[in-house]
Amino acid sequence: MALIEATARQRGMASCHSCHLLCRLPSEEREGRFSCPRCGAALHSRKKNSLTRCWALLIAASILLIPANLLPITITSALGHTQADTIISGVIYFIHSGMWPIALVIFVASVFVPVVKLSILALLMFSVQRHWQWRPKDRTRLYRLTELVGRWSMVDVYVVTILVALVKLGAVATIDAGFGAVFFAGVVVLTMFAAESFDPRLIWDAMEEANE
Amino acid sequence: MSPLLACHGCDLLTQIPPLPKHGAAYCPRCGSLLMRAKPNSIERSLALVLASIVLFAVALSFPFLAMKSGGFEQQTNLITGVYLLYQQGMEGLATVVLLTCVLFPLLQMTGLLYVLLPVYLKRRLPRAVQVFRFVQHLQPWSMMEVFMIGILVSLVKLAKLAAIIPGISLWAFALLIFTTAAQTAVLDTHRVWVALEASDGTD
Repeated sequence: MALIEATARQRGMASCHSCHLLCRLPSEEREGRFSCPRCGAALHSRKKNSLTRCWALLIAASILLIPANLLPITITSALGHTQADTIISGVIYFIHSGMWPIALVIFVASVFVPVVKLSILALLMFSVQRHWQWRPKDRTRLYRLTELVGRWSMVDVYVVTILVALVKLGAVATIDAGFGAVFFAGVVVLTMFAAESFDPRLIWDAMEEANE
Repeated sequence: MSPLLACHGCDLLTQIPPLPKHGAAYCPRCGSLLMRAKPNSIERSLALVLASIVLFAVALSFPFLAMKSGGFEQQTNLITGVYLLYQQGMEGLATVVLLTCVLFPLLQMTGLLYVLLPVYLKRRLPRAVQVFRFVQHLQPWSMMEVFMIGILVSLVKLAKLAAIIPGISLWAFALLIFTTAAQTAVLDTHRVWVALEASDGTD
């Protein structure tokens, strides 16, 4: 593979975010006013306001994470007895009834992934702002990973939907959705937007700065 | 001349050599996948999209789970869950589930059919470029496979409460996960863009 020792930006070019066509940007100042000749998406050398947008979404998601974990996600009524369950109490229930694999799935998807995802994105942004040159390849990989796993956190929201639909057995038992589920869906959507607004090329820009 | 590409992970310019069958090119600096050769990409994707649409129609029209307890029997399909959430005043949550499990997957399938069929027939339809761009954007927001895991977790959760009877829709849904995953894997977006560009030149 022939290697050209330059980035698209150094050559005054930009790769289209949408179709990956390599385009020439006429001038640095007017950047962002152009659209890709092939697919029509707006052309930017780097995603616009990447860090600001990502931080805003990240902070919002972190705030929502608190009610998402504290408020009940399901309220079960069976034979006059009502029980409100949070995500954690659901996990504990599964551990107590010996269903380890399910407890693990819910814990990883609903607790571990969101928290780790928020921390990794915060670390990546911090490292970009500080112009770190530390292991850019691993940091790029870390970003790809967070981008990929985020959607799996939706599992518990779907579980609630299914339970609500299925358990309507008259006087015997009912399951209602709790507001924790609403906040939880909010966390997943916001973190997905946050990951989407981060530009991994910022990680590598520090390397070029160091070479110049 | 072989195409010059900028890596979307680190912006490095790379000349991509002609790839062997099933070969792939990775960025020499950051290791991101640059391009992968996918033989018969359009034909295969098209076949899988058609299969997915049929399976999705089945999944939507039949109940996917039924629950039996005492004299009661409760059936549910994809839409009832959304509807009941809506009735309980959880409009936002109902919308999120409706979008990610029904509307986005549906838009993705029909959008791909709209783009790929004309490319296969060497014709062109209006706004194919915009439709394909939109479909690519929807990709992460269509979460049917996550929903499938949700169904499995619910099954285990309810197994103690009552007898659960899986419906036709559940099997259709399970197959659908495979056809859509396979379709994503075989689709060569680069080839589609080149084909769309060629047909768009007449404007």
